[in-house]
Amino acid sequence: METLITLLVGVLVMVAVYLLLSRNFVRIILGTAVLSHAIHLLILAMGGLKKGGAPLLTEEGSNYTDALPQALILTAIVISFAVTAFLLVLAYRIYRETGADNLDNVRRELDD
Amino acid sequence: MTNALVYPVLIPLLTAIVITFFRNSLILQRILSFLATASSAGIGVYLLMRIQSDGILRLDFGGWSPPYGILFVGDSFALLLVTAAATVTSLILLYAFSTIGESFEKMYVYPFMLFLLAGVNGSFLTGDVFNLFVCFEVMLLASYALLVLGGRKVQLVEAFTYITINVLASWFFLLAIAYLYGATGTLNMAHLAVRVTENGQGAMLTIISLLFLLVFSLKAGLLLYFWLPGSYSAPPAAIAALFGALLTKVGIYAMVRLFTLVFTHSPEITHSIIGIMAALTLIGGSIGALSTRDIRQIISYNVVIAVGFILVGLAAGNEVALQGSIYYVLHDMVVKAMLFLAGGLMISLTGKARIGEISGLLKNYPSLGWLFFLAMLSLTGIPPFSGFIGKVLLGEGLIEAETYVLLTLAFLSSLFVLYSLLRIFLNCFMGEAVIGEEEQVKLKKSTLFPIVVLGVLTFAIGIGADVLAPFVNDAAATLIDPQSYIEAVLDKDWLLKD
Repeated sequence: METLITLLVGVLVMVAVYLLLSRNFVRIILGTAVLSHAIHLLILAMGGLKKGGAPLLTEEGSNYTDALPQALILTAIVISFAVTAFLLVLAYRIYRETGADNLDNVRRELDD
Repeated sequence: MTNALVYPVLIPLLTAIVITFFRNSLILQRILSFLATASSAGIGVYLLMRIQSDGILRLDFGGWSPPYGILFVGDSFALLLVTAAATVTSLILLYAFSTIGESFEKMYVYPFMLFLLAGVNGSFLTGDVFNLFVCFEVMLLASYALLVLGGRKVQLVEAFTYITINVLASWFFLLAIAYLYGATGTLNMAHLAVRVTENGQGAMLTIISLLFLLVFSLKAGLLLYFWLPGSYSAPPAAIAALFGALLTKVGIYAMVRLFTLVFTHSPEITHSIIGIMAALTLIGGSIGALSTRDIRQIISYNVVIAVGFILVGLAAGNEVALQGSIYYVLHDMVVKAMLFLAGGLMISLTGKARIGEISGLLKNYPSLGWLFFLAMLSLTGIPPFSGFIGKVLLGEGLIEAETYVLLTLAFLSSLFVLYSLLRIFLNCFMGEAVIGEEEQVKLKKSTLFPIVVLGVLTFAIGIGADVLAPFVNDAAATLIDPQSYIEAVLDKDWLLKD
């Protein structure tokens, strides 16, 4: 199970890098969003993937799921949501101000 | 356990939320925001005193004893920085009151500045790596908003680059945290230190530490400073001063904390890399400062040089060098704020931002000119100002560590700092006055006042280094021998059981 998730993380990072390397605003923003999801999955995998264990440590303490990664991911998702929303609004404002939707055009616009 | 430890974060945070509701009553916004920052500084001083008598303080949120919960840890290093950050922010606020303009004030500039301070203080105080990430994000989101406030085209475009780079760095931070958790099973800094010491810092942990180094150098502007000059010269002076004084220092703090507490076992790899990066930063920053004629860019490159200078002390890694670094961080917060404010004032008074377009300002505004001169002397390290003591101690530490290349570069960089600022002074303040008496924009006393106070502060730190010495020495001692930090966080019997 961990191997599968790790492979999935790899694929997501690949997609994210491809998107981040483009010069279109929306693609860059999507790239950061995909990257954040890849890393959330990685945190989950790092905590160890188990089925059927409750996140409670019993006296025997044999089979329990680590709840901490989920708490971390929850926080990280909220932050990722806020940042992505901010970036989207910013990209829209840049489009409204300059009429450009990618970095090349914006630079040209600024030089004029 | 003391609840006072949370106030430097809680007061700015709550005040920011409250004054969001008073968008139109500017007086109330100003009074409350100033009270919040000034009282944070006061609490910082109080806690600093308490640490000297009671030892390192900690606060376990929700009563979860470490390593299970999130906690704040206050040692001398953290609280020196908290106090300095809150003091500098109060003075920058005073400057903002008279310069930033009503349109900014109505667009929540004060709440954002307070959120920024809350994030910065949180980053200094936290004892948990993931909480450090969250505090970083609080600070960064506030800085994103401050950067785009005003909405000029160049600001928006610079902001997009700045935000994308910082978001990327944040996800790398999270990545490093994920690996660290996978490798050690804990995120509490003191517990991490114990686990890493017990199991040894193998290749895996060293690689994770390099990931952290990458992240913090992006935030601090260590070698990876390509984003810094552009984005620090886009916003108004008060906001740029806040960035220049506080933001890079948080990256520096995080780097110093992790590489003196947790990743201390392969200095031949990690600390050498920090040394090389600091050296390249010093060279690159110096070249950058001479390469441009834009006053704000020159000042921004001076931030880069200072980052290199401070982290040379971490690379050397002995107690004297770290004392020097701590003095220098405190000094740099004060003087960079002063320099950004003075530079911003020059630009707003003349409406021009490049060397060669301004001249003879000393005749029009003598006090501003001499304040700029004073900041320059202090930054170069001329006694009796605050830069001197830091430079001397850092020099001693570097000689002790026998890293002569770093020593040479660090002190050569002072010459470049002097030259780049002298260029501004000679070109803009000296020479023929081009502004006549009639067309001269009046300089209000209330605008100049915060810069004067910053000038007095840099003088006071230089003269009163003896007063600061016990705090700085204690801070450096805790960094060199983290055992006292670990014992303050984790109880002895728990340590034995683990």
